[in-house]
Amino acid sequence: MLKKIFLKGGFYGALAFFILFSASPFYIMLITTFKKSHDLFNPNNNPFFFAELPTLDHMKLLFSQTLFTTFLWNTLLVGVAVVVITVLLAVPAAFSLARMAGKWGESIGIGIFLTYLVPPTLLFIPLSRIVAILGLQNSLWSLILVYPTFTVPFCTWLLMSFFKSIPKDIEEQALIDGCSRMGAFFRILLPLAVPGIISVVVFAFTLVANEYIYALAFIQDSAKKTIGIGLTTELVRGDVFYWGSLMGGALLASIPVALLYTFFLDRIISGLAMGASKR
Amino acid sequence: MKPKKHFFDRETVLAPLLVLPAGLYIVLFVGFPFVMSFVYSISNVTVGNPNFKIVGLQNFTAILADPVFRTSLFNTVIFTVVSVLLVLVFAHILAELLLRDFRGKWLVRFLIMLPWTAPIALGAVGFLWFLDSVFSPIDWLLRDVGLLGKPGALLGPASNLYWLGRPVLAMASIILVHVWRLLPLGTVILISGMNSIPKEIVEAAQMDGAGYFRRLFDINLPLLFPVIGVTILFATFFTFTDMTVVWVLTRGGPPPNATQVLASLAFLTGIEGGDLAQGAAIAIFFFPVLAGLAIIVLRLVKKAIVT
Repeated sequence: MLKKIFLKGGFYGALAFFILFSASPFYIMLITTFKKSHDLFNPNNNPFFFAELPTLDHMKLLFSQTLFTTFLWNTLLVGVAVVVITVLLAVPAAFSLARMAGKWGESIGIGIFLTYLVPPTLLFIPLSRIVAILGLQNSLWSLILVYPTFTVPFCTWLLMSFFKSIPKDIEEQALIDGCSRMGAFFRILLPLAVPGIISVVVFAFTLVANEYIYALAFIQDSAKKTIGIGLTTELVRGDVFYWGSLMGGALLASIPVALLYTFFLDRIISGLAMGASKR
Repeated sequence: MKPKKHFFDRETVLAPLLVLPAGLYIVLFVGFPFVMSFVYSISNVTVGNPNFKIVGLQNFTAILADPVFRTSLFNTVIFTVVSVLLVLVFAHILAELLLRDFRGKWLVRFLIMLPWTAPIALGAVGFLWFLDSVFSPIDWLLRDVGLLGKPGALLGPASNLYWLGRPVLAMASIILVHVWRLLPLGTVILISGMNSIPKEIVEAAQMDGAGYFRRLFDINLPLLFPVIGVTILFATFFTFTDMTVVWVLTRGGPPPNATQVLASLAFLTGIEGGDLAQGAAIAIFFFPVLAGLAIIVLRLVKKAIVT
């Protein structure tokens, strides 16, 4: 009995430690966002709670004096455009590789996945030349053009596993009934793959919201910045940090992305781990 | 009798046609720049002089002789190795905790996943405050329990530790943030692997009287080997090639280059300094590691297809 209580205590203690470790930066963002500056900038006050009444001043500053909403809007625009491009490129490719291409489909699929292992930090120098030659510096188009370099390979791989998990008989039945190959794809396979396509949409969007390096390299104009580089460059001017607003912005932008991602996490990770856990 | 097939209905025509757009895009925007980064690294191209010529290995001899480059390479390796090891150990513990059932699991999972699911640049902003030179909540906590800020205190009489201002602490901070960020990813991958271990094997071992550590080393770890491989792979990939954490927290500082890494040095040289050739040469040093990772991926995939 005593041993059981001890074990249970250990379990919840360990769990609490990990929750604290993971979530505390976000908790501190929450507190800092609503702290009065007077309270915030007193090193003797408890930073984990309010010594004075909370305030909305930092939030007001964030929405009225900074380009925060512009950053969000830019991120959304780029995200939607990249998602559309990704779906248009990855869905047909995955369908073909999973269903029609046979042996070489597998090899090309692996080849496409391997391109995901070429990181932005290796590609950004040549890509910055391509962006300059196309005259897209300081334009959101540069990001829309370049971001599919990491969304397309991964999403194609993910969708291949989805298409493979749909039983072949359903499609063959339609073919026997006189459907054309594309007809069977649009009428039978695509509706069945909708959950997979939705998780690809979510995944591609969260990748875009996460991206930092290309945006840092290609965009200098404040009004064109996306959320990551916008917050970290525009709300930190020299040595002056707008701490309350900075934290508020980071928190407001993080939570929706995190909620979306968590909701689809299992599907995405099973794609990530597919190489090893597929039996 | 087979009905006559339309031209676009033939698999030999349709299959390549559907792959073509994605394939073409990848060749143009991943393959071509990938090759160009090798070409750039043996050229003298700069932002001001795009009509470059090939100069051989000159860039490589220059960067290898540069102490800043050597520091960056060293830092990159240290950050990666230490972070990956810590992620593996903690992710294994956390995965075992999360395999159990308890109330409010959804919320717990959401909170534990936050570092991975929220954009890393924004998460790092939270750490910027945590590690601030004056207002650091960690320092406040240490002062509150008497470990800091008093004469004779364990961590010294100064009121702050200056996390991002001292070389060793700044390095520790970067590692902390990498571990923080990758722990959820490692955990989820390990959980997916643990779920696929047949329960009968574990139960049989338990019946035969195998203790926790015996089961861990003789059953779990060998069976988890491929999944641990995947965890190492992704953790290495995301730490080794990353510059976001360093860029947000220290920009390579404290001066001169205590936390400079290959990625941030390539950025400083190639983009901010405009020396595309040398920037590319620095980034090329990712290649051997990435090629190694690619080989591991290929092996894992092949294994999965065979079995």
